[in-house]
Amino acid sequence: MSPDLVGGLESPDYASHDRAAHEPYTPVFTGDARRELDELLTHYPTKMAALLPALWIVQRERGWVSDEGMVEVAELLELTPAYVKGVVTFYTMYHQHPVGRYFIQVCTTSPCGICGAEDVVKAFLRHTNTGELGLTSPDGRFTVIEVECLGACGFATPVMINEEFIESVTPDKVPDLLARLA
Amino acid sequence: MGYPHHPHQRETTVLSQYFGDAEARTLDGWKKRGGYKALEKALGMAPTDIINVVKESGLRGRGGAGFPTGMKWSFMKQGDGKPHYLCCNADESEPGTFKDRELMRWTPHALVEGCAIGAYAIGAETAYIYIRGEFTEPLYWMDKAVKEAYAAGIIGKNAMGTGKRIDVHVHKGAGAYICGEETALMNSLEGRRGNPRIKPPFPAVSGVFGMPTTINNVETLIAAAPILLNGADWYKKMSLSSPKSTGTKLFSVCGNVQRPGNYEVVMGFPFKEFLYDLCGGPPHGRKFKAVIPGGASVPIQTMEEAEATLMDYEGFVAQGSMLGSGGVIVIDDAQSMVSVIARIARFFAHESCAQCTQCREGTAWTTKIMERIRDGQGTSEDMDTLLDIGEQMTGKTICVLSDSCAVPVASGIKKFRAEFEALIPGGRVHPVIAAVA
Amino acid sequence: MAETKMVNLTIEGRAVTVPDGTTILEAAKTAGILIPHYCYHPGLPIAGVCRMCLVEVEKAPKLAPSCATTVAEGQVVHIYSEKSLDARKGVLEMLLINHPLDCPICDQSGECELQDYTYQEGRKDSRYNEPKRFNPAEDFGGDVIYVPNRCILCTRCVRFMDDVAHEPTLNVSERGDRALIGKFEGRDMTHPWAANVIDLCPVGALLSKDFLNKARAWELDRASSICPNCTQGCNVIMETRENQLVRMRPRPNEEVNSFFMCDWGRLNYRWMNEKNRVELPMVRRGDALAPTTWEAAITAAARALNGKPVFVAASPMLSNEALFLLTQLMQGGRGVFRVTEGEEAPLPGVEDLALRRERAANVYGAQALGFTKTNDLLGGLKQGDVLVIAGEDLAGIDASALARASEVVVISPVLPESARNASVVLPIANFSEEEGTVTNLRGRVQRFTQARQAPGETRPSWLVLGDLLGALGKQSNFFLPSEVFAKLAASNSSFAGLSYDSLGFKGLPLADAPKTAPKSPIAVGAA
Repeated sequence: MSPDLVGGLESPDYASHDRAAHEPYTPVFTGDARRELDELLTHYPTKMAALLPALWIVQRERGWVSDEGMVEVAELLELTPAYVKGVVTFYTMYHQHPVGRYFIQVCTTSPCGICGAEDVVKAFLRHTNTGELGLTSPDGRFTVIEVECLGACGFATPVMINEEFIESVTPDKVPDLLARLA
Repeated sequence: MGYPHHPHQRETTVLSQYFGDAEARTLDGWKKRGGYKALEKALGMAPTDIINVVKESGLRGRGGAGFPTGMKWSFMKQGDGKPHYLCCNADESEPGTFKDRELMRWTPHALVEGCAIGAYAIGAETAYIYIRGEFTEPLYWMDKAVKEAYAAGIIGKNAMGTGKRIDVHVHKGAGAYICGEETALMNSLEGRRGNPRIKPPFPAVSGVFGMPTTINNVETLIAAAPILLNGADWYKKMSLSSPKSTGTKLFSVCGNVQRPGNYEVVMGFPFKEFLYDLCGGPPHGRKFKAVIPGGASVPIQTMEEAEATLMDYEGFVAQGSMLGSGGVIVIDDAQSMVSVIARIARFFAHESCAQCTQCREGTAWTTKIMERIRDGQGTSEDMDTLLDIGEQMTGKTICVLSDSCAVPVASGIKKFRAEFEALIPGGRVHPVIAAVA
Repeated sequence: MAETKMVNLTIEGRAVTVPDGTTILEAAKTAGILIPHYCYHPGLPIAGVCRMCLVEVEKAPKLAPSCATTVAEGQVVHIYSEKSLDARKGVLEMLLINHPLDCPICDQSGECELQDYTYQEGRKDSRYNEPKRFNPAEDFGGDVIYVPNRCILCTRCVRFMDDVAHEPTLNVSERGDRALIGKFEGRDMTHPWAANVIDLCPVGALLSKDFLNKARAWELDRASSICPNCTQGCNVIMETRENQLVRMRPRPNEEVNSFFMCDWGRLNYRWMNEKNRVELPMVRRGDALAPTTWEAAITAAARALNGKPVFVAASPMLSNEALFLLTQLMQGGRGVFRVTEGEEAPLPGVEDLALRRERAANVYGAQALGFTKTNDLLGGLKQGDVLVIAGEDLAGIDASALARASEVVVISPVLPESARNASVVLPIANFSEEEGTVTNLRGRVQRFTQARQAPGETRPSWLVLGDLLGALGKQSNFFLPSEVFAKLAASNSSFAGLSYDSLGFKGLPLADAPKTAPKSPIAVGAA
């Protein structure tokens, strides 16, 4: 298939992720991660309540939440994989597919929109060589998405790069921001 | 709004006085600034006495609905033998609002203290602070503050040596605006999809984990501490519109304005002076055109309405809108209202939980029509259709997300109809649109 | 038991009195009004999400979802007021904006609640001019196919799997208008009760693979019956097209099966359509069986039986009526039956409801009437007995096992291979072709009615056996199965006091049956 004809997750850009997906799955919840989950379970009267935190641990450890990860979490919390998937697909921050090493989220909701967020998005797409929203750059480094309100409207345009929150980004600042990333 | 923070002289900084003060983030620094004195005092009081002080102060919910906080606390049936829970709603996601973010970034211990006071007042041993997943920095500071407070014995099984158990846990959301709706937040906290629940039962009867629960906004809980320390009268007297709206309120200001940021003013402050003096007016060479004063889901105000507004719960209603979450979005004359509203509709369509028919389908349909008009493909019937869909989306669903999508569209069409008409092929061209295009 | 408080209210001008805690929707049913709804189902927890059942309650600020609003004293409810009608019209328009409107090729057409309510209350046109969303159909495994484009996300299927089957196999995936019913790759709808989601789906989104493209709803003839496939006795509707059984679906009965039936029972109907039937009565002429008249065949059978010890090998699929008449034929002989067994599969969310081990409808009726259950069907057959094969297919039994019998009389829908040396063959209707009663494992006697025409000259079992008894000189003059049942009730104390009229279509327990609690609908509290 030509890359022109397919977008998003079918794209050859995801080749590296296919490899990740085909590696045999090793459980996340061993050692420290297991202890972390056990401690979290003491915070709540039900096991199910630890679902969001458990999925966060999976994503932190693996970069995304795979089907196998959902099965592991489901078994630990006495849920079914279908239930877990229903929850995962509700929340936008869980990656159901691998993403670039730097996952860049640009807020484009109205308050940022009227302060030029679209131009910031364009700058990121251009300088990361990702070409399109949601695609990963050929070198596997970047994925850029638009995100709904990041809750920092007074600092338009806020951008999240992985866990880092950067305020008041303008298109001219984008090259320097990217240069900083290893 | 830069840091270190220099509040405008007309601000009344109660909650925001330590913004930009890095030392206030630490336990020692917080204690040096009088931190945890209110908790100490609270733990020596009977819960009903705390509730009475809060009632007396006139404090109303700062999350958007403005429900009297003391009354909400009093709904929790004391001594019913069931575990009670306090949920702190730190899922600040209403576009235009970023006050809770700053409160948690700069004064995390203030929230721990507020949660502990609230939990004790409602007979809860556990408080959950539900923070939206995107707030990595607030999450970091809150996590740190909670750990410090546990280590110092301020919270835990023997809070401040009083033998009372108060646990505070930080819970990280994962990207869903609707989890700021109280029952959706509870579902999310329980490990479910963030679907709002049908009421009744109300949270005070059956909330998180099916137990009596009170849910309060960050700003509300933080305000409880100074109220306890300084008294209800002190709080009431600060306001220009006492007794209906009391105390100070943090307003987040964003959009096309000289000095965006958080401003803490007393209730009843004149909105016109707020916008032009404190916030510095419009960017150079531009004029304000409209204001959305309480987050994206409240009606849009024209400048005539905005400039006549007194900033309190009643004042915004009197001028065709609502105080909401206090997220002030300012729009200047270079913007197309149609584009702004289309983008707001898109936000709600993205965030609809998908339960109720009118919301799931209506938000998406509204967005498609709005974007078609924006792109010059509108028809003369579209506005009537939008208004009618909006009617169907109002007052008919489990929560108000659907209403929130309809509100800006309806108020936009009502107050800026010419801009819509100008974009419809064959219609007359509005001078502003001509300028923007 | 504390007395339930009663609440008085007015619904559409009619005075209604219902127990406290009843929802407006259920209260309206007692006034004879069905408030249009999708997500509500009395066998499932309340979701309140479709917003179709909105009604106007006087003095309430907003329209109320009648499925989730309980009645209050003095309430005045308007179901057909302008506001309520407008709200429901709005919901219907919204539900259809992305719907493919493919009724001509949809299996649900004709029994679709989206169709029905749209005709009843919907707009004539749509104002939707935008592209429709599309998602491909998906095989959910088991008997279930999902067509997301027709889905209205009422979540009945999800709630059934979560709260009734206790196996959350389905979910709501994604959100906003991208939402759809999902499942997990590799985890199929293989729960033994999963196919109930097809019945629960009010639209054409969940379809049966078995029924796919078989018939339009309006081509079907329907009969109230009992599932013959195990001893639970689930109430069903048998649906036929051109005299062929094409579908069985559950019929609600809170005493037996709530609103559900298992997949095994549901899909095991083809045997009732089988063509390997004896269509004419036959008698032995030399080495071969030859067709004859009913009169001659009955006379031949009576001659074979007269005065001799009789051994009856009966099928537990036979009705109480047939089994009762068989006992009258025994003349001091014995009656036995055997039953196929399988694994028990309960439906956890409903008390005492399962696919039972014993896979025949009338095991308990046969026992109540004195037949003995055995694994060795013909073990008790004595030299010189007249063997009556009644409905038994003799599967796995060799002809030599029948050799001890002095004569063999077959009264059965099919002629078993090993009974080809029979003296007389009397063809009778199978379960779907006649009327009668069966007794379930809790001793509940339930009526089933005729769903299909029997082939050839085949007659109902009770009629054939009644004629045979008459030919033997016993008092027997039955024109209806109800008359046979009346005789049974008069002569067997377990059945005392029961009649077709009193049984109705929900059945009644035998006099000596243990008391059971009704399976109360789950519908309390929100999901």
